Amino acid sequence: MRILVCVKQVPDTTEIKIDPVKNTLIRDGVPSIVNTFDAYALEVAARIKDNDPSTKITLLSMGPAQAKDALRECLAKGGEEAYLCTDRKFGGSDTLATSYILSTAIQQIEKEKGEKFDLILCGKQAIDGDTGQVGPEIGSHLGIPQLTYISEITETAADHIVGKRESDQGYDLISVQLPAVVTIVKTPFDPRFPKLKDTMRARKTEIKEITFEDVKDIIDETRIGLKGSPTKVRKTYTPQRNKECLMIKEEDAKADAAKLVTLLSDAKLL
Amino acid sequence: MSFEEYKNLWVFVETEENEAKNVGFELLNPGRELADKMGEKLVAVVIGGKVEDIAKKTIEYGADEAIIVEGDEYFNYSTDAFGNAMKTLVNKYKPAACLVGATNNGRDLGPRMACDLNTGLTADCTGLDFDVEAKNMVWTRPAFGGNLMAMILCPDNRPQLGTVRPGVFKKPELKEGKTGEIIREDIHIDPSQIRTKIIERIKEVAEAVNLEEADVIVSGGRGVGGPDGFKPLEELADVLGGVVGCSRACVDAGWIAHAHQVGQTGKTVGPKIYIACGISGAIQHVAGIAGSDIVIAINKDAEAPIFSVADYGIVGDLFQVVPALTEEIKKLRA
Ligand SMILES: Cc1cc2nc3c(=O)[nH]c(=O)nc-3n(C[C@H](O)[C@H](O)[C@H](O)COP(=O)(O)OP(=O)(O)OC[C@H]3O[C@@H](n4cnc5c(N)ncnc54)[C@H](O)[C@@H]3O)c2cc1C
Ligand SMILES: Nc1ncnc2c1ncn2[C@@H]1O[C@H](COP(=O)(O)O)[C@@H](O)[C@H]1O
Repeated sequence: MRILVCVKQVPDTTEIKIDPVKNTLIRDGVPSIVNTFDAYALEVAARIKDNDPSTKITLLSMGPAQAKDALRECLAKGGEEAYLCTDRKFGGSDTLATSYILSTAIQQIEKEKGEKFDLILCGKQAIDGDTGQVGPEIGSHLGIPQLTYISEITETAADHIVGKRESDQGYDLISVQLPAVVTIVKTPFDPRFPKLKDTMRARKTEIKEITFEDVKDIIDETRIGLKGSPTKVRKTYTPQRNKECLMIKEEDAKADAAKLVTLLSDAKLL
Repeated sequence: MSFEEYKNLWVFVETEENEAKNVGFELLNPGRELADKMGEKLVAVVIGGKVEDIAKKTIEYGADEAIIVEGDEYFNYSTDAFGNAMKTLVNKYKPAACLVGATNNGRDLGPRMACDLNTGLTADCTGLDFDVEAKNMVWTRPAFGGNLMAMILCPDNRPQLGTVRPGVFKKPELKEGKTGEIIREDIHIDPSQIRTKIIERIKEVAEAVNLEEADVIVSGGRGVGGPDGFKPLEELADVLGGVVGCSRACVDAGWIAHAHQVGQTGKTVGPKIYIACGISGAIQHVAGIAGSDIVIAINKDAEAPIFSVADYGIVGDLFQVVPALTEEIKKLRA
């Protein structure tokens, strides 16, 4: 099976701080990581490969040159080869434009190789943008089906796979025809740690760049970058979270509880 | 693209096995306000197996009219059948904007629509407005795990699409007996064009955990210490007629099912009272509770960030405070 995993490099949002004066996001010194859900997607791919060693895993990212670090990390955890879409012209793209560029790159890679990917895996969402749109949109651009919010792939065959999809009351087992895009949520298993020899190999693997020049025959320039993006950010602001908290400090827990219940019932909240 | 042609505000009301998801009704609330501001009609779009009763209800909840598409292929959701129906409807009626509930299915459908219609989609909105002068929707959404809010526009493409998180808006008042036109559209797709197939639906939990609907949520974090630590929280929830929620730390530890998780990667909730017990108040958790009327925090650590988003705080051991609260409320109710 030929699998492509889309990987985004993102700032670690648990480490992000707000500048108390300017009220903006401080990104300096915030570590970049492989998007959490993309790491799960890679693990799902690696498990397919564990069962069927003829499987090949290709990695694809779009971003600045620095995103190669993320790709290297993924190469060490099961990827064979990696591509980075990088070009000034791609900058400022929203999800529709990003997915369009990635789908164009996928077609370009397929053309060069003379074979198509059976399965394209994405994370459920990127933890910086949190949109969860790029995966399904890649599917639409390529004209192939999508299966979203999958925690495990339970069956793989030449022409379909079966995945476990979260539902309100449990899960659904759904099959999808291949080729398809599948987006991955948190898996019941953890992503693996790379072996030393794989880390060494990843360090030496060349990461191929895909620039605008490489796809200029098949890409529509009016649909990429800031200009080609239908959504525009009007402004950003930091949410206010300075509520006046009434601290209850009686002599013990029982008295605290009694006081709180009195306050709530006086305020007609109970 | 001539914008004049694009009229009305649509709310997609998701159904599954002939039941409507609540978020669809919730969206009729801001939908009504927005449509009035636009000076246009609020239209509910209901697709499902048999959904005429749901369409009638959307009118009682404030829609001016409803468009329904019925058929066996819509009894359960599939991207291909629903995507095809929505594309056909939008191309025929040309709505100015469409709101979709940000459930798993809504977030599966939205991107498909955006691609098919070549337009912008703003995901997981928590705020909605209409700029009367520019005639644009203004979508507000959290990014970077709730650290930052962004206002997004889609000025040059129509329709403007947005998914909106469940629990952010309250259901509008039901006006029984209110009537409006129900338009039936006959749209079908060849079964062979539905490329996904549900093999089995597994129901693990006896009842769906209805965090989004709850008036009271008693939530536990890592501070509960283990699966048994939720017992006193359940007892408090019971006397208050509420349900139990949790932080992700507890789900990761395997103490409780993901269905209970509140936050960025869990549910967004809007109860009257949210009681956070042994939860530190990480931004990703807090992102899910902004719609709560009152937040009460119980935590051992007086410095825990949860206190900065709470209305009432008690610094103490939850294993003492929570049972004491249960007792006091029982006394009050006796
Ligand atoms: C991409 C991403 C998405 C995420 N999404 C979510 C999400 O949707 N929801 C979510 O909740 N988290 C989410 N998180 C995780 C989040 O960052 C925090 O790690 C998590 O919320 C912490 O859970 P906690 O408050 O229960 O645990 P901790 O941070 O460990 O806090 C435990 C608290 O309990 C207190 N405590 C301990 N014992 C007691 C006691 N006996 N009595 C009273 N207090 C006690 C401690 O003082 C402490 O404040 C996400 C993280 C990432 C990176
Ligand atoms: N710049 C990117 N490069 C590679 N993959 C991406 C990129 N942006 C998004 N993706 C993929 O699409 C998924 C959803 O991203 P998003 O729609 O931004 O939340 C991610 O988990 C990735 O798998």
